[in-house]
Amino acid sequence: MPDIYLDNNATTKVDSAVVDVMIPFFLEQYGNPSSIHKFADGVAKALKKARGQVQELIGAEHDSEIIFTSCGTESDSTAILSAIKAQPNRKEIITTTVEHAAILNLCDNLEKEGYTIHRLPVDKCGRLNVEAYKKMLSDQVAIVSVMWANNETGTIFPVVEMAEMANAAGVMFHTDAVQAVGKIPMMLQDTKIDMLSISGHKLHAPKGIGVLYLRRGTRYRSLLRGGHQERGRRAGTENTASIVGLGKACEMAMEHMEYENVQVKAMRDKLEQGIIATVPNSFITGDLNNRLPNTTDIAFEYIEGEAILMLLNKAGIAASSGSACTSGSLEPSHVMRAMQIPYTAAHGTIRFSFSRYNTMSEVDEVLKVMPDIVAVLRKLSPYWDSVTNEPVANPEAAFTPTFK
Amino acid sequence: MWDYSDKVKEHFFTPKNAGAVVGANAIGEVGSISCGDALRLTLKVNPETEIIEESGFQTFGCGSAIASSSVLTEIIKGMTIDEALKVTNQDIANELDGLPPEKMHCSVMGREALQAAVANYRGVEWKDDHEEGALICKCFAIDAVMIEEMIWANKLRTVEDVTNFTKAGGGCAACHEDIEAILEKVLAEKGEKFDATASTAPVEKVEVEKVKTPLTSVQRIKKIEEVLTSLRPQLMADGGDVELVEVVGNTVYVNMTGACNGCQMAAMTIAGIQQRLMEVLGEFLRVVPASEMKKLVNIEGAGHA
Repeated sequence: MPDIYLDNNATTKVDSAVVDVMIPFFLEQYGNPSSIHKFADGVAKALKKARGQVQELIGAEHDSEIIFTSCGTESDSTAILSAIKAQPNRKEIITTTVEHAAILNLCDNLEKEGYTIHRLPVDKCGRLNVEAYKKMLSDQVAIVSVMWANNETGTIFPVVEMAEMANAAGVMFHTDAVQAVGKIPMMLQDTKIDMLSISGHKLHAPKGIGVLYLRRGTRYRSLLRGGHQERGRRAGTENTASIVGLGKACEMAMEHMEYENVQVKAMRDKLEQGIIATVPNSFITGDLNNRLPNTTDIAFEYIEGEAILMLLNKAGIAASSGSACTSGSLEPSHVMRAMQIPYTAAHGTIRFSFSRYNTMSEVDEVLKVMPDIVAVLRKLSPYWDSVTNEPVANPEAAFTPTFK
Repeated sequence: MWDYSDKVKEHFFTPKNAGAVVGANAIGEVGSISCGDALRLTLKVNPETEIIEESGFQTFGCGSAIASSSVLTEIIKGMTIDEALKVTNQDIANELDGLPPEKMHCSVMGREALQAAVANYRGVEWKDDHEEGALICKCFAIDAVMIEEMIWANKLRTVEDVTNFTKAGGGCAACHEDIEAILEKVLAEKGEKFDATASTAPVEKVEVEKVKTPLTSVQRIKKIEEVLTSLRPQLMADGGDVELVEVVGNTVYVNMTGACNGCQMAAMTIAGIQQRLMEVLGEFLRVVPASEMKKLVNIEGAGHA
């Protein structure tokens, strides 16, 4: 069986139809869209078309609300830094403990510069306390930034409702929607969301292209200054081929929205139910009733994630883990810690994230190998009794290493 | 994914001595809080000979933690406990054909489990002698705790100081922002302020007197030896050593041993030795690892033929 890719929240395969529309912009229409000659003739038109395709997918009112950037991180940084620069008297930012590093590290940095950062906690299912959030809103807050869906668990946050509350309090609202766009329907013109980040490579467009949605009328300060590109809101020669590719990818995501939410979801559901049924001491993390259709994050107790991934990889299956050892930072997943998942389980979390390219037979293949992989590692685990094939009695007391 | 050696993969996919030894009389249990990994080492030691007859491990951890545990049990089997105690984490890493810098702590955990097991066998309490923090310098695998301790102990004030004392930041320089943040934090705790433009703290060295008069060949080699000897304490603190092999013209051939051998740092260390030699001898000298000597001498020989 060919290798199975279940790491689509990390990045996706570029759709071949997307590659096809991009190629002419490398080889023929390679002119600078600002130029006045035939090499640039069709380029400006192609950018406009792509802008419209992105607009359609997210339900923006105007295509001029779409600003092309280089990635999701740039969009996030632009949004937050714009808000604080445009409102110098507001020194507070509200975000969550489970954001992507693109937001968290930026906020940590702003904290050093004297900003007050409110980080909303989550409960054990990864849900936010909206009432607590409401109380934090004030005229001191420059911007709220809450992700639309969490990259690890797929848990969806009530951003539409939270944007309404921010708007009522006169506070700008940004959402990092890189995991949500293309997977769940959205209609931004009916919301009070002021800014939203998109990353192309999460929806079968190439890496190196992103979008910042900026609601018309939202006060804005550019991050990159220079040429007049993107109406002066993001200087730098347009990444034309990738913009065209992203447009196509958005069009295709729109066409596959139902497929994503029915067939892709069915694969995800079958996988997680199959694993829970066949692997003892495993459980699904996050808000089970309110998740992206393509994501499942499963904790395998008493074993460690990187070891699981290495065995999965040997079996030709690609996934990812919230374990410390896979990140290179030596820190276990901040999302798992925020949800208070015990460390003997948090280190053994595996995220499987699907796309429309996956198949049911791939799910069967994973289900075939998963119980053995877990069993092999549990045989090595000091928390596991290989004779009875269950955790040793009172595992945390039976094994108490000297920690340093 | 990590770039693991084939040896690491081999020990991970087919671990040796997995499971607890039945009737073990030495048990060590340690964990690394920064990684969440933990290991139980069980040994059966012959009380007459003190030879480790059987060894087994149980590990809750990543690929390299499991591989380090596996290779450790192989290394120590058949050793006396005194021999086993001489096994360093570097030996464990070497046996695995190296570990990524972020994963060196897995080998440290193995060595500590061994110490803990021996302490358990001898009926004494084992105390861990070092703490571990977030990895800051990836070139030389230096963590935050080490940097903080050195700042406290040596009154360091600048990034350059930290590099001089710990090597952290002496490679790609990408971690200088993190080192500055640590300096800021520690200096604030001491009631001082970090100043990026402050002058560096003096490095205490065993000074070798500079050469003033021309030397005979023997005197020159003796002087070179003297300089190397003065630099050895620093190298040995890192688990390494240097040995003079040959001097041909202005080329000084040395053997780098222990932790210096094959380490990314070797090139930098050699540059440091060269600098010091030139300062003392007052002439241009090139320091070259002895491994390259044969090749070079042969070429020279061929030229004369």
